[in-house]
Amino acid sequence: MATEETGGFNIHPMDQFVVKPLFGGDELHWYTVTNQTLWLFLTVVVIVLLMVVSVRGRAMVPTRSQSIAEVIYGFVRKMIEDIAGQEGLKYFPYIFTLFMFILVANVIGLLPKSFTTTSHIVVTGVLAMAVFISVTVLGFVKHGLGFLKLFWIGSAPLPLRPVLLIIEVISYFVRPLSHSIRLAGNMMAGHAVIKVFAGFAGAMGLGAIAPIFAIVAVYGLETLVVCIQAYVFTILTCVYLNDALHPGH
Amino acid sequence: MASETGQDGGHYVGMPQLDPEFMATQVFWLVVALVVIYFILAKVAMPRIESIIAERHGAIARDLDQAAELKRRAEEAEVAYQQALTDARAEAQRIAAEAKAEIQKELDAATAKADAEIAAKSAESEGRIAEVRASALESVEIVAKDTAVEIIAAIMPAAADKAAVGKAVTARLKG
Repeated sequence: MATEETGGFNIHPMDQFVVKPLFGGDELHWYTVTNQTLWLFLTVVVIVLLMVVSVRGRAMVPTRSQSIAEVIYGFVRKMIEDIAGQEGLKYFPYIFTLFMFILVANVIGLLPKSFTTTSHIVVTGVLAMAVFISVTVLGFVKHGLGFLKLFWIGSAPLPLRPVLLIIEVISYFVRPLSHSIRLAGNMMAGHAVIKVFAGFAGAMGLGAIAPIFAIVAVYGLETLVVCIQAYVFTILTCVYLNDALHPGH
Repeated sequence: MASETGQDGGHYVGMPQLDPEFMATQVFWLVVALVVIYFILAKVAMPRIESIIAERHGAIARDLDQAAELKRRAEEAEVAYQQALTDARAEAQRIAAEAKAEIQKELDAATAKADAEIAAKSAESEGRIAEVRASALESVEIVAKDTAVEIIAAIMPAAADKAAVGKAVTARLKG
């Protein structure tokens, strides 16, 4: 229906999110290689370059690329330590995997003509559900039924507690939803806006200068947003992890 | 004419994100990518970065220790230097005092020797003076006797008794 509404403008902001088989073929299998597979692969390649190749020198005084790897490493490590404490460091590799994947996928998704894997709710949903399930299981494994104290707020007055229980339970189960939609929504909205402006620019002839400036501005904003969203996703993961490790408020 | 999702003249209508057709492959490849990333990071990248950072911290701690050690040694050297300086000063004073004492001794010895010489010389001189005086007195006696004998011989030659006059003069000189 988007095409009808934009009429003659010929704007197709959603085309960039289309998943299609990379090597053609009519039959679709669960292992079909698509453009998304390609960009997932590129994400892995960039992570290898950034985190493995850059530190191969093992320099005492880091080179530029090595210090980038070290800064990212230190940044995530400190985030976990600050929020989930020393016990949280046990889960550093998992959280670091999440952060690196989201950050790199977001950033390379900003390249023109690219496919942004994290703009798909399926992708962010898998990530959020993985976090939700692992954190819940971890909570029960660590504390048994004591994990349920997370919903029974001891510091609140007794009559309020049942009410708070309902609110807490709802908010707990909404977590994976908000966690995944926040990331996918941000990625999709920004990219779509850029495409819409690009469509305007294509239709306006000489007046295109205004939408082009808008694209530059939105692109700058998007660069910020993709990094912040990676950070937000990771920090929320740390918060949830902290809830599982220390369920008492 | 366009459905909620699907292709429309080569362009997508609606949200491709909600197309269930590709979800299986999306999830499959995502899980593959995540597992690969996890192993790359957890088995290769993170231990490497951790060891680099640990090594750097170790090196910094070592350097600091070394600096503290060198500082301690420098302080020790300064103490030793001060001690040497004090010793040297004391030694110099001792040597000066010794030299002074020696000189004083030599001086005393020389003075004593000079005094003794002076005393000996003056004693000798006194002896000679006494001798001279004695010989002078003797001469005076002889002269007096001779003179008296001559005078008596001139005045009254009869009474000129050389021995008696001599006796008388000697008695007078003694009295």
